[in-house]
Amino acid sequence: MPKISVNVNGTSYSHEVEGRLLLVHYLRDVLGLTGTHVGCDTSSCGACTIHLDGKAVKSCSLLAAQADGFSITTIEGLAPTGELHPLQIGFKEEHGLQCGFCTPGMIMCAADLLEHNPTPSEHEIREALEGNICRCTGYHNIVRAIQHASGQLAETAP
Amino acid sequence: MSNKFIGKSIKRVEDKRFITGHGRYTDDIVLPGMTYAYILRSPYAHANIKSIDITEAAAMKGVMTIMTGDEVGHYGVPCGWQVNFKNGDTMKEPPHPLLVKDKVRHVGDAVALVVAESREIAQDAAEAIVVDYEVLPAVTDASKAVEADAPQVHDSVPNNICFDWEIGNPKSEVDEAMAGAAHITSLDFVNQRLSPNAMEPRSYIGHYDNVYDRYTLYTSTQNPHLIRLLMCAFVLGLPEHKVRVVGPDVGGGFGSKIYHYTEEALVTLAAKKIGRPVKWTETRSEAFLTDAHGRDHVTHAEMGFDRDGKIVGLRIKTFANLGAYLSTFSTAVPTYLHGTLLQGLYTTPKIHLDMTCVFTNTTAVDAYRGAGRPEATYLLERLVDLAALEMGTDPAELRLKNFIAPFDGVTQPGYQTNVALQYDSGNYHGVLARGLEMLGYDDFRKDQAEAAKTNKLLGVGFSTYIEACGIAPSAVVGSLGARAGLFEVGQVRVQPTGSVSIFTGSHSHGQGHETTFAQIVADRLGIPMENVEIHHGDTESVAFGMGTYGSRSLAVGGSAIVKSLDKIIEKGAKIAAHKLECSPDDIEFADGKFTVKGTDKALTFGDIALTAYVPHVYPANLEPGLDFSSFYDPTNFTYPFGCHIAVVEVDKETGATKLKRFIAVDDVGNVINPMIVDGQIHGGLAQGIGQALLEGIEFDGNGQIINASYMDYAMPRADDLPMFELDRQVTPCPHNPLGVKGAGEAGCIGSTPAVVNAVIDALWSGGHKVKDIRMPLTPERVWTAMQ
Repeated sequence: MPKISVNVNGTSYSHEVEGRLLLVHYLRDVLGLTGTHVGCDTSSCGACTIHLDGKAVKSCSLLAAQADGFSITTIEGLAPTGELHPLQIGFKEEHGLQCGFCTPGMIMCAADLLEHNPTPSEHEIREALEGNICRCTGYHNIVRAIQHASGQLAETAP
Repeated sequence: MSNKFIGKSIKRVEDKRFITGHGRYTDDIVLPGMTYAYILRSPYAHANIKSIDITEAAAMKGVMTIMTGDEVGHYGVPCGWQVNFKNGDTMKEPPHPLLVKDKVRHVGDAVALVVAESREIAQDAAEAIVVDYEVLPAVTDASKAVEADAPQVHDSVPNNICFDWEIGNPKSEVDEAMAGAAHITSLDFVNQRLSPNAMEPRSYIGHYDNVYDRYTLYTSTQNPHLIRLLMCAFVLGLPEHKVRVVGPDVGGGFGSKIYHYTEEALVTLAAKKIGRPVKWTETRSEAFLTDAHGRDHVTHAEMGFDRDGKIVGLRIKTFANLGAYLSTFSTAVPTYLHGTLLQGLYTTPKIHLDMTCVFTNTTAVDAYRGAGRPEATYLLERLVDLAALEMGTDPAELRLKNFIAPFDGVTQPGYQTNVALQYDSGNYHGVLARGLEMLGYDDFRKDQAEAAKTNKLLGVGFSTYIEACGIAPSAVVGSLGARAGLFEVGQVRVQPTGSVSIFTGSHSHGQGHETTFAQIVADRLGIPMENVEIHHGDTESVAFGMGTYGSRSLAVGGSAIVKSLDKIIEKGAKIAAHKLECSPDDIEFADGKFTVKGTDKALTFGDIALTAYVPHVYPANLEPGLDFSSFYDPTNFTYPFGCHIAVVEVDKETGATKLKRFIAVDDVGNVINPMIVDGQIHGGLAQGIGQALLEGIEFDGNGQIINASYMDYAMPRADDLPMFELDRQVTPCPHNPLGVKGAGEAGCIGSTPAVVNAVIDALWSGGHKVKDIRMPLTPERVWTAMQ
């Protein structure tokens, strides 16, 4: 079995893994990081989106063995413990989530977008989310959540 | 009662765990000694099983057990709603075994369950099972399944007819009305089959504790108590007090997680058999084959008008596809949740629906967001818009002419329809008028005329819908064949220090109960929201419950909580009166204080809570404690309604439709949290628009679903949709204490015909007088329709 060394959310791990083990199952089943979700089996839904060396990737689309030597961030490590990332605040403030299942993937995808484009237009946001499916929100409030995180919305009163 | 929280867009208290990755869905749960199940499924839509050989698979390292129909085929899951034939005979109810023994009836029918040390070993072993199939011809279309030479899905069901059914006025009266009509608009159409596609795949964990002889089932369900009742009483014969069912965080349902699925009973049996916990989580491909589908009607409908454009009659023949087996509520959907909505918002004097419900070699069909009501709305609203085009009248004018007049249900009576229901309150003119105002209707028609000269046609489509939700009065649904009551339970437990725990039989899988319900409790008791916690989803903590579907949580579950809050306040007043030395009648409760009327003598809610648990100075004949549970059984359905307007641009050269605007003016009664209600509408709109433009299960001639993956089944993505334009009208529900009607399904019920009507309108503006295009309206279908 291949041996891998990865850094996940700032902690280094070494494990022997089955060759066919997907990275998403490594994160969920071996490391217990269940915030990364599996919503499909065709790399179409984006619920498993994580950051691999800072870039958003679908963790079902590569093997754990392929992640050897990489630095990984999952939703659990997006912000320091006890703090929230601006996107996490945006999703809460704008009701960008309902059942919450797609939410980690949406946030990780949007974080990559804002890293490269700090004030995206509505069109650019929708294009960036094209690989992530949400069945609850109709995307309306997800778009607003990302606009909120990028400082493009006035603060909403409670 | 205070007014700090109700009606305000309070941010959700449940969000923190989801945005930080700490939601706890069933597949996230790992119990000590966990094993994993994989189900071997039929690759054929219809085949006899000649033999099953598990020898090699059973011998594989890491395999714990393999179960087949020989072992558990005598157990089957029940249908929860009995509908009778027109002649009074009971519907045909063939068994739905946990694993099939002799014959598979749809692609994905379960043949064997393998339990192993890992998911991968279980899957490898399943692939080593040898099943010898004799493949039979399959039928997937309900209107063809009733033909004399069609394949027979169940030997005991002649012509595959589960039952036939009718509702409305006598057929002869409708025929007579139609014979006298000045104009008849007729339409043959298919309301296509959809896959619900909640983002969390179904997942179950069975656990058995042999010391205490207790079972636990973790399940991605919308109604844990209902699952426990069905599994214990109708499937496995287990005593309910020995079975705990937990529905933890659930990643969306939309109806698909109401039903008692075979796999819930299978993991329960397997866990006891091997003495270790058993987890089964479906793949998305499996979800397409086994999660109950929605819709699938084949319809011929006619609407008759007099010379003034008044509707004189409505006559319908529909074949509804039930799939290969009866799912829990499948028989109620095309009947009592569909036929009863065919009055719509109109004064139509004569209505008749002739419905035939049919078995086919397909996945079971059951309630999917809206459940029968989207099909009724689609039928009515397509006919009305098409009639306006055919008669050369304005679709908004035609509606206004036929709307039921406003009534509040308090000073004016409810509206008795010709299809059994009595609407509670409504102002249908109001929502249409507001929608037209938001649209800028006059300007739109000018823009449309300009666009008609170009290659980009513009169209507008209307849909003015009504639905019945807040289900349901138990006596009413019982008389209609429901095998359960549809009340809800709400327990309010006040702690000695004045904080409050609420236990509700409703179940949140995205709806935000933990926030909305807490808003109600905090305001009614005049306490801070952080002093309130909502518990749901566990039969061990919640006394009972019927769960969440049919937009019922607030109207029924919320009302049950209010009943208990009223009891808390009534008892609190007795305690306060004793301490303040007055009569309970002299106590008034407001803003968290029990006050002697007309004085400044008062005790806080916290004082009373402490006194109830430290009853040193206390009324002689009153029990200590402050803890009440209530069952609320509604007296009627609730009837939300609204106006949805779609504006589309159709490219004449490619047939591609672009949804440019979507306006929704919904009246869901009183609103507790506008942010959450808007979110529910948004999501419903996306699913309804998805049906119109993108979604649809497609079968090949062998009964294979040819788009059973997210690569092939198109659902709305972010760049398919515009920002929605929402507004609201409030006509309170007159018969529940909160005045609420329900908002979960409205968006999905109203939106689909608005979009299709808009495309048809665009085509007519360009001179293409097309009556119907089969959904989803792909560019190819729209382009073909224009040729």
